[in-house]
Amino acid sequence: MTPAEIRAAVIDILETIAPDEDLSNLDDAKEFRDQMELDSMDFLDIVMELRKRYRVQVPEEDYENLVSMASTVSYLEPKMAETPAE
Amino acid sequence: MALTHHQYTPPALPRIVLTGIGLTSPNGNDLASHRASLLEGKSGVQDYEIRYVGKTLAGICDYDALRYQNRREVRRGTRAGSIAIYSCNEAVANSGIDWENLDKSRVGIYLGVTEHGNVETENEVYELSQFDYDISVWNHFHNPRTVANNPAGEAALNMGITGPHYTLGAACAAGNNGLIQGAQMLQLGQCDFALAGGVSESIHTFGIFASFKSQGALAEHSDPTKASRPFDVDRNGIVVSEGGCVYTLERLEDALARGAHIYGEILGHSINTDATDFVLPNPERQSQCIQLALQRAGITPQDVDILSTHATGTISGDIQEVSALRKVFDESCKVSINNTKSFIGHCMGAAGALELAGNLPSFVDNVCHPTINVDQLDDECAIEGLILNEAKPLDDVRYIVNNSFGMLGINSTVVIGKFST
Repeated sequence: MTPAEIRAAVIDILETIAPDEDLSNLDDAKEFRDQMELDSMDFLDIVMELRKRYRVQVPEEDYENLVSMASTVSYLEPKMAETPAE
Repeated sequence: MALTHHQYTPPALPRIVLTGIGLTSPNGNDLASHRASLLEGKSGVQDYEIRYVGKTLAGICDYDALRYQNRREVRRGTRAGSIAIYSCNEAVANSGIDWENLDKSRVGIYLGVTEHGNVETENEVYELSQFDYDISVWNHFHNPRTVANNPAGEAALNMGITGPHYTLGAACAAGNNGLIQGAQMLQLGQCDFALAGGVSESIHTFGIFASFKSQGALAEHSDPTKASRPFDVDRNGIVVSEGGCVYTLERLEDALARGAHIYGEILGHSINTDATDFVLPNPERQSQCIQLALQRAGITPQDVDILSTHATGTISGDIQEVSALRKVFDESCKVSINNTKSFIGHCMGAAGALELAGNLPSFVDNVCHPTINVDQLDDECAIEGLILNEAKPLDDVRYIVNNSFGMLGINSTVVIGKFST
């Protein structure tokens, strides 16, 4: 997956987890929490969906990498480089 | 000889009245539409398909879940929780109480369920099977979704209620039992405003369909609207349904003080136990349950205007209930007997509360809704007073008795009186 494809995949997961949010103006540099309603259980949901959809494991000590879209994509890039785009 | 305790007479207890109703049933999402469907003979049973069982029938609700929850909350919670949230909010709105200024620490929620947790557990195990039983995909929401207090707990969370919340497991008697518990807690002064009734999400668990099927008690019919047919000679089992019905209950003096509309008064109730079988009912205990409720209400069988039966459409269960009724009511009684499951199927934990709700407008319009789908009355279910297929005008409805029975021999009867000071 390219970084753009990974971003699209994360957006798709966020749309599932937070279906009431408008993500069209998401600022990749800003933290998710500052732009949308996300609690700790939602973050666990993001991790779960990455595991279920793409078999990507995110260990607890790496959760801090999922704070913004930019940091999430750069964290996932090496893990998902070989993942085929859907 | 059994040791008998002296007959305890409780002190005079506050009178409890019903001041609001919120419901979703397979044939209506508020009392007015549900009642209209009962008078028009409109069923809510449809074709349905569920994992492993395949094509079957069910009573399905189409209430607007997004009226009181956003999509994220619906996704996070359970169907029973969503039904509870809808029914509780609707009941509060219907009651006309000044909800904003009500002390939420003095509000209690008491909801009956037949079962809880099967839906989520089945779904999670199915997901697990899709991932080669890798336990790391098990959802972190499983526990809050399946704890036994879930439906009432979700409603409390949604509405900011900080008083007690109880979810009562009582098989198919649960709707009545929620109502009884709410009344008792008001009488004990544990709360000042009670939300009480029952909910069911049971159509979303294949296990309940499969178990009834294995037991030979799952209804089948080429026309879904004719599948639920208590007392008919061709009945062949239960139609599983979802639904919810919640009442706002208040002590009479509080209701009068705020000028509340009063749907009826809880005059008496009883809960007893067969202690004879896992599944088969015991008419002797059922009749004792009805008699005890009447006695506590201070009325006789001759006073009863409408009796709402529990009958589910199984061969033996319907006969057993009629047999229990024969022990209580004789030819000197004027009672009209009906059944709601013939329209909407068996709403499980919500059944008792819903079946009562559909009859309450009789205090105003003096009409008894019928039991439908009786093309040929089973001789063994023939009892004087059965209202078959067509609604019947009555003279002056003052007392309604509501039966709800469940597995492991739990019986419950509630007596509601037309309100008068």
